[in-house]
Amino acid sequence: MRWFRDAGHLGRVALLLLLGVGLFVVARHFAVPRGFGQYGHYRGPVLKEIRAHPVSYAGREVCEGCHSDVAEKLAGGRHKTVGCESCHGAQAAHANSDDPGAHKPPLPNALALCARCHQQNHSKPKNFPQVDAMEHSGGEKCTSCHNPHQPKPGA
Amino acid sequence: MSLTRRELIEKATKFILLTPAAAAALEALDSGSIDTMPDKYKQAEHWWAMTIDVEKCIGCGACVQACAKENQVPDGHYRTWVERYVIDGYGDEQPEVDSPDGGMHGFPDKNRPGAKTFFVPKLCNHCATSPCVQVCPVGATFESPDGVVLVDESYCLGCRYCVQACPYGCRYIHPEKQTVDKCTLCYHRITKGLTTACCEVCPTQARVLADLKNPNDPVHEFLRNNAVQVLKPHMATHSKVYYRNLDGAVR
Ligand code: HEC
Ligand code: HEC
Ligand code: HEC
Ligand code: HEC
Repeated sequence: MRWFRDAGHLGRVALLLLLGVGLFVVARHFAVPRGFGQYGHYRGPVLKEIRAHPVSYAGREVCEGCHSDVAEKLAGGRHKTVGCESCHGAQAAHANSDDPGAHKPPLPNALALCARCHQQNHSKPKNFPQVDAMEHSGGEKCTSCHNPHQPKPGA
Repeated sequence: MSLTRRELIEKATKFILLTPAAAAALEALDSGSIDTMPDKYKQAEHWWAMTIDVEKCIGCGACVQACAKENQVPDGHYRTWVERYVIDGYGDEQPEVDSPDGGMHGFPDKNRPGAKTFFVPKLCNHCATSPCVQVCPVGATFESPDGVVLVDESYCLGCRYCVQACPYGCRYIHPEKQTVDKCTLCYHRITKGLTTACCEVCPTQARVLADLKNPNDPVHEFLRNNAVQVLKPHMATHSKVYYRNLDGAVR
């Protein structure tokens, strides 16, 4: 029994179409990266890749775990909002190592360091303590009169 | 080619049944190996943002330096930077804005009597509906489930559409990788319970990382008690960097 003349042609077209769909599904599988669409229109596993980036700044809490004396001093003065690594630089290599003494951080150059925050500048907030570093210290090291961890003179 | 109707139906049926089956089998094979981050950090519990108090910024550039160090940002490019505004008077259409080396080494003093002057730290605004994400042709940049706009550098074509689309100028092409690069809000740090490198070193807490989904985060008090603003609100990007004491001249 035949539906109509040349119905076989339709069958061949249908077969071709199905083949095309099949090829598309397989090609799509190999073209779309793994995990694409896991959370949205992007590669899901990339979140983990980004998280694997190493940390350079250990964070204040870690420093305080070992240097509790300095931490206490710092918290009692007006430098309390200043993080350790704001002055000492990135110290994860020191703080997170098994032997922190082997990666001893160099001590900061006080004059350049203090001036960076305290050098007079008209764009700074008016209530922020500022000095003309050269005039104020007469070239002497800031640390001979100020303790960096408790900057009030004489403290 | 001669097929009987019976053969045709047989072949077609097999194909129709097997194609989705094959697809499903392939998917199943894959999903087993996708890592679903089995750790303490739960993306669904966070919605990251930042607050910036312009009145507290002293323009020391510690944030710019720390960002460059933490993220190996190439010289001459900035994921965060500090701008200095000098406004000569009310109605000054073109305020003077400068940012030498992104403010990385601070600012030489500029004393203009009568002028209003202040510093404004800038970074990616981690918009909830980002124009940069919308224009990416391949899905290489996206808003993560916890609200951070990130780039998949292994998938980025370097086409620069997003660089043009960002209304805040927060993206650049990495000179070596030739893919787009931008602030990740230190995604590798905040997902470990640390703050961002820039906030870690900010001496006055002018910039503070905030988690809007954490009910105990001081950000809620900050937003409740202060007049806050986002940059270019008319762009409707739903920026999540909230500025306090922002002058209308800043854009
Ligand atoms: C695991 C404990 C530990 C942690 C965490 C730690 N330190 Fe140390 N730190 C030490 C030890 C031990 C020394 C070496 C003391 C010595 O040899 O005199 C040291 C020395 C230092 C020195 C040099 C002192 C000197 O006299 O030269 C500085 C500065 C310092 N640490 C800063 C930091 C900062 C900033 C952090 C946080 C990022 C930090 N440390 C975290 C244990 C630690
Ligand atoms: C305002 C900047 C500043 C901050 C903030 C700061 N330091 Fe220091 N720190 C210095 C300077 C400058 C010296 C070097 C003093 C000198 O040359 O005598 C120093 C010295 C040290 C030393 C060695 C000498 C000593 O006094 O014990 C240690 C250890 C140290 N810092 C740890 C820390 C830790 C831990 C923190 C955070 C809790 C911290 N510092 C925060 C500026 C700072
Ligand atoms: C990273 C920025 C930064 C650096 C570096 C820094 N300070 Fe400060 N300093 C501050 C901040 C913030 C305050 C607190 C301002 C406030 O309370 O409004 C402050 C306050 C002070 C005060 C006022 C203290 C008081 O009780 O009146 C002195 C003095 C001072 N710093 C000296 C120094 C000296 C000396 C150094 C170098 C060792 C230094 N600072 C380095 C940020 C810094
Ligand atoms: C010879 C000692 C001495 C030296 C050196 C010195 N200071 Fe001071 N500094 C003082 C004294 C004393 C005060 C407090 C008296 C005052 O308020 O004028 C003070 C106050 C300050 C203040 C607070 C100013 C304010 O308005 O509250 C800052 C900031 C400061 N010093 C920064 C520095 C810096 C930065 C250096 C290094 C370039 C430095 N000092 C070196 C003695 C010194």
